[in-house]
Order: sequence, then structure tokens, then C-alpha cells
Amino acid sequence: MVFLPPNRASLSEATRLARNRIVPNIHDIVALSIMAALLVLLAHGAAAMRGSAELLVSQPVTLDPANLPEYALRTTLRMFAAIIASLVFTFIVATLAAKSRRAEKVIIPALDILQSVPVLGFLTFTVTFFMGLFPGSQMGAECAAIFAIFTSQAWNMTFSFYQSLRTVPHDLDEVSRGFGLSAWQRFWRLEAPFAAPGLIWNTMMSMSGGWFFVVASEAITVGHTTVELPGIGSWLALAIDKKDFVAVGWAVLAMGVLILIYDRLLFRPIVAWADKFRSEQTASQEKPRSWVYDLLRRTRLVKTIGVPLAWGWQRLMLVRLGRPQLKVQTAEQQNLSRLSDRLWLAFIAILAGAGAIFTAHYIHSELGWSDVAQAFGGGLATLLRVIVLIAIASVIWVPIGVWIGLRPKVAERVQPLAQFLAAFPANVLFPFAVLAIVATGASPNIWLSPLMILGTQWYILFNVIAGASAFPSDLKEVASVFKLRSWSWWRNVMLPGIFPYYVTGALTATGGSWNASIVAELASWGNTRIEAYGLGSYIAKATEAGDFPRVVLGIAVMSLFVTLFNRLLWRPLYVFAERRLRLD
Amino acid sequence: MNNLAITTNETALIDVKGVCQTYDNGGAERLVVLDDVALTLRPSEIVGLLGRSGSGKSTLLRSIAGLIKPTGGTITFEGVPVTGTPDGVAMVFQSFALFPWLTVLQNVELGLEARGIAPTERRKRALEAIDLIGLDGFESAYPKELSGGMRQRVGLARALVVHPKVLLMDEPFSALDVLTAETLRTDLLDLWSEGRMPIKSILMVTHNIEEAVLMCDRVLIFSSNPGRVAAEIRIDLPQPRDRLDPAFRALVDDIYARMTARKGVAEPARGGIFPGTGIAMMLPRVSTNLLAGLMEAVAAEPYRGQADLPPLAASLQLEIDDLFPIAETLQLLHFAELAEGDIRLKPAGKRFAEGDVDERKRLFAMQLATHVPLAAHIRRVLDERAGHVAPARRFRDELEDHMSEENAEQTVRAVTSWARYAELFAYDEAADIFTLENPA
Repeated sequence: MVFLPPNRASLSEATRLARNRIVPNIHDIVALSIMAALLVLLAHGAAAMRGSAELLVSQPVTLDPANLPEYALRTTLRMFAAIIASLVFTFIVATLAAKSRRAEKVIIPALDILQSVPVLGFLTFTVTFFMGLFPGSQMGAECAAIFAIFTSQAWNMTFSFYQSLRTVPHDLDEVSRGFGLSAWQRFWRLEAPFAAPGLIWNTMMSMSGGWFFVVASEAITVGHTTVELPGIGSWLALAIDKKDFVAVGWAVLAMGVLILIYDRLLFRPIVAWADKFRSEQTASQEKPRSWVYDLLRRTRLVKTIGVPLAWGWQRLMLVRLGRPQLKVQTAEQQNLSRLSDRLWLAFIAILAGAGAIFTAHYIHSELGWSDVAQAFGGGLATLLRVIVLIAIASVIWVPIGVWIGLRPKVAERVQPLAQFLAAFPANVLFPFAVLAIVATGASPNIWLSPLMILGTQWYILFNVIAGASAFPSDLKEVASVFKLRSWSWWRNVMLPGIFPYYVTGALTATGGSWNASIVAELASWGNTRIEAYGLGSYIAKATEAGDFPRVVLGIAVMSLFVTLFNRLLWRPLYVFAERRLRLD
Repeated sequence: MNNLAITTNETALIDVKGVCQTYDNGGAERLVVLDDVALTLRPSEIVGLLGRSGSGKSTLLRSIAGLIKPTGGTITFEGVPVTGTPDGVAMVFQSFALFPWLTVLQNVELGLEARGIAPTERRKRALEAIDLIGLDGFESAYPKELSGGMRQRVGLARALVVHPKVLLMDEPFSALDVLTAETLRTDLLDLWSEGRMPIKSILMVTHNIEEAVLMCDRVLIFSSNPGRVAAEIRIDLPQPRDRLDPAFRALVDDIYARMTARKGVAEPARGGIFPGTGIAMMLPRVSTNLLAGLMEAVAAEPYRGQADLPPLAASLQLEIDDLFPIAETLQLLHFAELAEGDIRLKPAGKRFAEGDVDERKRLFAMQLATHVPLAAHIRRVLDERAGHVAPARRFRDELEDHMSEENAEQTVRAVTSWARYAELFAYDEAADIFTLENPA
């Protein structure tokens, strides 16, 4: 959105410029050609998505590098569709949760659990479901892949938006009500802008995670059906199947380029634009920059296109949907709503109880207690892996992160790299590791484990860098004045200082590692399969065999492990960090 | 009180009758914020609502603005009951309440947008308001680029642009530095007296006595606990008013006296200094440094143990909202007494001002244990227990029978910080327990 500066001084300047206004400048040409290219790609990709299912058979994925750009485009479009779906979901569900007390009581706990559910375990059902929904069309498989990415992205975005909606500044709320902004105007003028910085950051984090799932969900085998959607994930699966080392290299390269383009063309400009939504009332020292955003702002033609858009936007803002209500209810209303609250809660409780009994019954009728024990045993093995790996990653990355974070010049260069690595789907790199394990005959139980943290360790690194960079310089100075050295410095100064950031990073890394275990504990290279004992391989094998009861059991057990892990370890640490170690 | 309430006439812009506001605080009694408040706002006047924090004056203003629905009584605007903000009313906020992501122009246009006015008309009117309030050249600036004074001008322009009949202002100048606040007051008064603003009347909340006397035609003084209109004072001094004019000073002194009078109008209606009785007395969080500082200031030259509050407040650069809780805490602890606009140190207060650190702590502990029932209660419980340890939760729960969770928390924190200073007992934040032992 580009507004013309509305002050009168610049109006006279505008008339002066108006004479050669229609002639596009160099920025226009660059910006327009980029935009046009994007539109063409979008149209092409969307048309391909609607293709019939036979195309998947008659034109299977091939390892021809000439096809790679096309595959990359298809993968990107899936990401794009998923992020749009996530945003729509966020706007609707988070708003509902924030506005309705009753919806909130269901949505928030549900989101909390959904966050812990291993996304990849889902694929079995979603592929079957969506294929049934769109028989004979690629759309079904596409939807399943998009849905998988969506389920990896939507929850934290919704949480972020919900939290922002609940913490809208009191005075701005009063202004909005005082002027009688309609619910629609209030949403776009107050709530959405206030929530924007948090939502954008969370969207970026979600995107980072999303690449992993798009790769994992493009080529999937459920029982006897194998679906291969044209994309980098399928390319990779084929390369692994054919033991084509060079093709794996191509996939790595394509993925890197793709993430880089996505970041430069989409997220940087958005972050630079969204800088104005940060609600601190002081001018910030460091503004996020983006050459694409600067380019767009400098263009004349794009501005001309922007004017009718802005006009349309302003018209849209005049739409009145519902007048705001008074906040305070009378005593009778309160009593009445309390009663219906109780009824609502009882209803939910009954529903939840019925669901639990139904699930238990389903699993029990198909499986025995030994299966449950097996799943739990695997869960413990995976839990052990996750704990050990996070510990090792922490020991390695915390000192390095602090070292980098305390040196602004280095941090400036390394931070984007760390974020890039966090976004890079580690499963693209798995073949290299598998090859090494196969070649050396190392124990898969130990050496497959590091794959789980290959992609997620970077969350620890870049959060620690952020923490160390944000460490107040006066406290650093105190430490050096008192000549605090080595261990004392770490224990009393640095570790408490970065702790809240570390917890955030480690929490994200753990969640990612659980998910990755489904792909990491069972790997193959051509016909060679190696497997580690754990819950991840349990789910992966059940998925491959199309064994639905075991998949359900595996997902349930993993969700339980992740939820308990979060509740018993990370949440108390989070509360502690918030209470004791906040520096602002 | 009835003789103070102005009888309704047809020309009243705003008419408030018997307004009550109570909150269910979860305890046995409901918290009464406003009790049977009446007020009439007529055309062409500036009326000030003056009172301590917690006297419900902001609540009343928000009720008139339709932001809060009072639990009892009626509020009408031009004879029509208020439900939601009436079109003829606009409000200016203490915190400016500007949208950080909108430019000055967009902020000013917001109220017009809400009324569905077309963009071109909107822009015209917004530029007029910006012009009027002296913001030319800042149209495309974002609030974070502006100083506090400029931000409040945006707040004013935003309120004026919807052409309200009544302008409500909630402590509009209290977040500004002294110099800026004075400039803004003068500018506003100039616009008012020249009739260049589209408004008919102004109703403003303030805790600054001089500001009220400087700007208002009438001042309503609120008593606290519960909030009531305790007195109405007409100010007939001609504008522009001179702060040094003896008549001006006399009015300021008079209001100070009324607000501190021992049996005066602004005295809390239910006896005690602070709401609640016994251990359930709601205590303000006042730092012991401020308490010591005020005692020292009053003990020193030129006051020598007794000070007139207006000059004292001025010399300490404190507003009454800041000064009263400190003075009242001293009164609670029997270090000083307040009467007739004066603060007078008691013997304990004089000894405190002269004492060294240990003497001060001893005195403070004594007064705290004698005169603050909650402190004595916690100490007694700790003494009785074998391990001399008690969870703080227990005392908060006890208080929550009488007050809201928030107030209970604040009261316990206040007692904790005083007791820590007095070394009456200690508190371990991580474990949330009171102990008798200080950490080794």
C-alpha cells in the first residue's frame, strides 16, 4: 500500500512532477517486470495444480534439471497457498477467540494441543480424505500437501494474533469506542495494525518451519497408493530412490535459491513496511531495510496504480458493520451469562469425554495393550534423543551465539545466515547423512539422531544471538568495571541475560525435533533402509503400511509426550524467565 | 450536598443525576467508586472535576462519554439518555491515545472516517483542525516523531474535527512537562475565548489545583472513598488569569484547605484515611524514600515542622496526586498530621528527620507495628509460628475477602516494602513467603 504524502508542501512538488509523471522511470521498469513475472508464474502454477490426476502418472517427476524451476515454482505456490490459508484461519479463529468468551474456552486449549501434534503423522488421513474429495484431480493431493503445511504454520500465528487482540492498549480502545468505530473499522484501524508486528514475525517463523513440511509432504506413500506431486520434495524422493547424488545436490541448490527469493521478495519488504506498526512511541534507531520495498516506493507508475487501490481501501474503510457495544453489563445479564457459561462448559466437557472414550475404544478394538506399550517405549527413546540433542546443541551454540551477539558487526552478518539455515529444510540434507551411515556401517540408533536437530538447532543459535545483541550495554559495562571474569561472568551476567531468548529458541527447536523424528528415524538410500528405534519410526512405518490404528496411537502418544514436555519443562522455565530475568 | 447541585434547566448540555458506579470486587462488599453524583454542564462554560486519584472523577468522565455504563442514575446529553458516545461529544486523553501507525492527518481523520464522511470532505476538515491547533507542517509525521506537546495537539485536533458540542478532557496536560503544559493551556484558552473552536463547553478532569483555577469557570471537588461531589466553587476571575494575583492565590489556598480539612468536605466519607478498616485497609505503594524525603523537607528550613501544602508542593515539584498519598501515609504512621491545607510533623516525625539510619529504622518499625494493622498482623503470625515463616499467599487471600485481587496485591506489596525498610520482617520473592530472618 502506497499513499501519497498528503501534506500541502509536497502537493506543490507533486504538480511540478506531474508533467513527466506518466513516463516511467527506471525503478518502474524493474518493479513492473518483477511484478509481471510473478503474475505469470502464479497463473501458470495455478493452472497446473488443477491438472487431472493422470498427469501425475503420465508425466512423472523426472530428474531433469530443466524441470527444476517448474518444480520449485510448484513448491513455492504450495507454500503460498498454505500461508494464505493460515492467515485467513488466524484472522477468523483468533478474532473469534478474542471476542467470544465461550469460543475462547474451546479454541485456546485446542490450539495448545494442536501445536504439539506431529504434523507429518496426519498425512495418512489427509491424503486419503482430500483424494476422496477431489476424485481424478491433482487438487486432492495438492490440498493434502497444503493442509500439511498449514497445520505446521497456523497455530502460533493464531496465538500471536489472539494475544495481540487481548492486549490492545486501553486508551486506543477507548478512542475507537468513543468515535464509534464499527467492528469492521476497528479491526482494520486498531486491532490488525496493533497485531501486525507479532503476526509478521510469527508468519516468518512459520514459513521457516513450512519448507520442511512441504518437502516431506510432496512425495508420500500411504499403503499401496504413492502420490508424487511435482515439486522439490518429489524430486528429492526420486533422487534418493535412484541413488542420484548430483540430483540431491540440485535440490539443495534449488531450495537455497527459493528460500532466498522468498525472503527478499516477500518478507523483507513486508517487514520494512510493517515497521510503522510497532507501537513504541519512540523513533527506533534501526529501521529494517529492504531494497524491494525501497524500489516500490520510488516507482512512479506503481504509485499511480496505488492511487485507485488506496481509494478502494478508503471506501472499504467506510463500510459500517455493527455498532460497538457498551462494555459494562448489568447484574442480571451477568448472572444469565454465567449460567449459560456453565451450560456451555458442561457441553464441551461431555463432548470431550465422548471423544476420549471413542478414541480409546477405537484403538482398543484394533490394538492391544502391547501396542500401547510399544508406542510408549518408542516415545521414551525419542524423548531421550530430543533431550540429549538439545543439550548438545545448547552447549555448542550458546557460547557461539553469545560471542556473535556481543559483536554487532559479526551479528549483522551471521544473523540472517542463522535464520536462513533455520528455514532450510533439513530433510533435503538427509541423504548425505544416510549415505555416510550406510558406507561406514555406523549404528543408526545413534547416528540417525543428529538429523532430528539438523534443521532445528539454528533456532537456538539465532535466538541466543538476538538475546546477546539486546543485552543492555550498561550491564555489560558494570560487568567489565567489576572485572567479572569467565565463569562468574557467564553465571551472573550473560546466562541470565539471554535466558528468556534461549528458552524461546530451545522450545521451538524441541517442537521441531519431535516432528522431524518422523522423517529422521526412518531413512533410505535407494533400496537400503536404515531405521532407529523410536516413536518417529513407529509412526513412519505405520503410515507406510497404511495402518491407521497404529498411526492414531503413535500421534496420540507423541502429542502426549510433547504436551507434557512443554508443560513440565518449558512453561515453568518461561514463567521463571518472564518473572525474574526480564531486562526491560 | 443538595444545595450544591444545580437544578436542571432546558439549556443543559449534559445532565448527570444520581449516578452511582460500583464494582463487584469478589469480596463481601461491592467497591463503590461513585456515589449519587449530580452535575450539570451548561453552554459556554469550562467545568473542572478536581479530586484525588481514586475519587472516581475519570470514571464519571468516561460515563458521560458513554464508554462506561454507570450502575445507577441517569446521564443525558441535550435531554437524550447517553448510550454509547453521543455524536456531540469528543474526548481528549491523558496518554494522548494516538494510533502509532497512522500519520497526524490520518489520526485526525479517524473520527470522521468512523462517521462515514467521504475522503475529500474528511481531508478538508482535518486540515482545518490541524491549522487551528497549530500543527501545520506535521501532517505526514507519525506520532513517534513528535514531542509530547505536539502529540497532545494532535489529540485536541482529533477531538475538535468532529465538531463536538462538548469537549471532555481527562487530565490532558498531566503527562507533559511544566513548560509545555502551560503553553498548551494558554493556546487552548485563547482559542476558547476567541470562540474559534466549534465547541460549546468543556468538561475537564484534573488533579492540578492551579490548572483548575486557571482554566475553569466552575470547579467540582470530589471526595474519595466513595467518590462524591463534595463542593462546588465558582471562579469568577476574568480571563486571562494571573497566577500571582492574590485573589487567584486565595482560591488555590481555599481549595487546598478544603481537600485536607480535618472534617472538611474532601475527607474520606467513611472515617479512615484509606479505604477499608483494620487489616483490610487498602494501602498505597509509597516508597520509604519519599516518606523520609517529605519529613526531611518539612522539618528543614523554612518550614520547621509545619508547611503550607501549595508552596510545599510547588517547591518539591509534586502534583497533589503525588503529594497526598505521601502525606497521608505519614499521617497513617502518625509521623505527621494534615489539616487546613497544612502538614505538621508529630514528635515521631521530627525525631525521624533528625535520626541516623538505625534510629530511623527503629522508629519506622515502631510506628509501622503500632499503626498499620496488617503489618502488626503479619508480624504476629510470624512470631507465633515455630519456623517464623508464613506464605504471602495466605495474607493476600485474607485481604481478597475485602478487596479486589489487584488491590490486595498492591496492599501486600506496600506493607512488604515498608517492613523490609523497617526490618520488621523479610520477604522471599522466589518462594513468596514472609520470614523473620534476613538472608545471611
